[in-house]
Amino acid sequence: MARNVLDALTAKFGGAILETSSAYGDDVAVVKRESLLDVAGFLKSDPAMAFDLPCYCTCVDYLGMEMLTVSPTTPLAVPSIPSALPPEAPRYAMVYELRSIKHRHRVRLKVPLHDNDLKLPTLSGLWAAFNWLERETYDMYGVAFEGHPDLRRIFMYDEFIGHPLRKDYPKERRQPLVRREWTDE
Amino acid sequence: MGLEIATTKLEDAANWGRKFSLFTYPFVTACCGMEFMSVAAPKYDIARFGAEFPRFSPRQSDLLMVVGTITERQGPILKRVYDQMAEPKWVIAFGVCASTGGFYQNYSAMPGADQVIPVDVYIPGCPPRPEQVLDALMLLMKRVQDGRGHSQVRHKREQLARHGEGT
Amino acid sequence: MAEIKKLVLGRKVVEDLDEDQELPHELMTVNMGPSHPAMHGTVRIVLTVDGERVVESDVQPGFLHRCFEKESEYATYTQIFPYTDRLNYISPMINNVGYAMAVEKLLGLTDAVPVRAQYIRVIVSEISRITDHLTCVGASAMELGAFTPFLYFLKAREWLFELLEELSGARLTYSYVRIGGVVSDLTPDFNQRLTDLLDKIDGVMLEVEGLLNNNRIFRDRMEGVGPFSAAEALSFGLTGPCLRACGVDYDVRKDNPYLVYDRLEFDVPVGTAGDCFDRYLVRLEEMRQSIRMLRQAMRDIPAGPVIVDDPRVALPPKKEAYNTIEAMIRHFKHIVDGIRVPPGEAYAWCEGGNGELGFFVVADGTGRPWKCYCRSPSLINTQTVSKTIQGHLISDVVPIFGMINMIGGECDK
Repeated sequence: MARNVLDALTAKFGGAILETSSAYGDDVAVVKRESLLDVAGFLKSDPAMAFDLPCYCTCVDYLGMEMLTVSPTTPLAVPSIPSALPPEAPRYAMVYELRSIKHRHRVRLKVPLHDNDLKLPTLSGLWAAFNWLERETYDMYGVAFEGHPDLRRIFMYDEFIGHPLRKDYPKERRQPLVRREWTDE
Repeated sequence: MGLEIATTKLEDAANWGRKFSLFTYPFVTACCGMEFMSVAAPKYDIARFGAEFPRFSPRQSDLLMVVGTITERQGPILKRVYDQMAEPKWVIAFGVCASTGGFYQNYSAMPGADQVIPVDVYIPGCPPRPEQVLDALMLLMKRVQDGRGHSQVRHKREQLARHGEGT
Repeated sequence: MAEIKKLVLGRKVVEDLDEDQELPHELMTVNMGPSHPAMHGTVRIVLTVDGERVVESDVQPGFLHRCFEKESEYATYTQIFPYTDRLNYISPMINNVGYAMAVEKLLGLTDAVPVRAQYIRVIVSEISRITDHLTCVGASAMELGAFTPFLYFLKAREWLFELLEELSGARLTYSYVRIGGVVSDLTPDFNQRLTDLLDKIDGVMLEVEGLLNNNRIFRDRMEGVGPFSAAEALSFGLTGPCLRACGVDYDVRKDNPYLVYDRLEFDVPVGTAGDCFDRYLVRLEEMRQSIRMLRQAMRDIPAGPVIVDDPRVALPPKKEAYNTIEAMIRHFKHIVDGIRVPPGEAYAWCEGGNGELGFFVVADGTGRPWKCYCRSPSLINTQTVSKTIQGHLISDVVPIFGMINMIGGECDK
């Protein structure tokens, strides 16, 4: 069905596509940050691809992730051996998913990003939906989008310090704007 | 001596009038708003308690119903709406998110509306059944009648303080 | 007479004003604040208006950000169901179903869910879709001044709430679906009650259509207001009834059939102009199609189990859990550790009340997800509002915003 999307991408962009996979029926292409705009432009304008409906974009923070290998035959009571990600692996991965109404196929793009280098070009010029979605990713993870027309926080207030969905931000650290003075009433 | 009793009877009469004509300001944010709509709908009629028509301006209402989760970002707005209401005013925290934060214990949901404004009646439930809301309304009406709502008590204290200074 | 007019109107009377003289004007910034009677929860629209016309607008969501993603990183897979309920809280079952589908995709259980459970999921999803559209159309009509349809639709919604309360225990936030199926079977008289209710809801819809469809005021306020072209709608990621009103025939239930939608016969209503009146008509017609689907599903539902027979995923039956130690330990591990999902990333989507509702789940092998992102149609649909209201009057903002059906819980997650 959509295996040809991944084949077309690897045929055209070669080394910029680091890896492709089709686990769980989802076609995923891991793309280098430098070629993201070219790949996205190709996916939008090429008539065989025709990805006209942007689905979503988000970011995954892999800090401290230890994957427990659990197979279909692992009994419940047996503890699994955790395997951590190697330290030089990229901490973040930016995930985009696109869909084509005409050809009824979809693709997911992943862009690996490192900790001190959290920026990439914006796709809001190609699809207008990414305007707010990239604002959301900026607000929650701190990913800076170069060329975004209006990069500001969307869910949190401007006085909020930090990016809450990162793994090193504790869930219950509140930064209240207003509290009342407690009296006897 | 006689004047005090007359004043108290006058207050009782005023409170009786107030409790049966509460003008609500439904500060609706989230899912509890749907239950508020159900309470106002014909089946669980809130109109029989006199609290029928929501006044969508804080200047014209006296019961602020905080319906749904209050986030930290919404806090200053809630405070401003409460300050704009004229005395006497009462507050109902509708739903467990407005009472204590519910099961949203995180960086954005305020643990209860009473972090910002004084609340008279708390309604637990996620969302509370309409019968719970009507029960809470009856509790509030009893409070209004006794003159024990937060703003009424505050008013009494200020009056006593002024009266004490006067002599 | 002219003397009196001059006295009353002040220095100038209307006839004195030069036709071509430009009155001084400036743009004004007006706030349609976060606490607004339009009952849509909390969105702030900062409008820059020229008289009554909107020149520019800045829609600011986020006043109900309840951290669904952060909370789901700390909760087990089953504990996330109540959080998903409160996303789109007027069609909660659909959120539950979408999330369950994502986790089942990671577990490889998509085909192993029993057929009866799939039918039940479809039935409750369609009932939720009906409540979604009832609330949306009712609230929008009320904001335009039509209070009666609101009360009629609320009456119909109450019936559905009662029915689902008997089934799941709660009126609004059900948490009825579980990974691998649903939590319990349908009640014995569900079929009969639902069939009666569907006839009554048909009657209510006829009444409201009679009140609204040919109503001069309603049509003037909705027709031609906020038209959207199909190409622009696609670029904005619009999905659901709003996209179908623009003329694009995209419905997840037809394009990527999930559960048992491929066995049900239904049509997808598609509009032409993309304005508010088309969106309203599309929603009404979708309600009719949902009723049609419900009748078919109730006729075809087979008997069988309602949750997958896999001990790694399903809780043991209560009788065993109270009497055997193995089942009790299994129950304990499920509650405390959660269902252990093998590491992977998957995205599953379904047709929510507002559009494509999807969940992107990243699992790491433990009982708690590493990330659970919700692709919320409300957030993406609301982005089109600032584009749509440009050039319209302030009073047009109300039907446009109402027909987008922004649900605060889903928009701000």
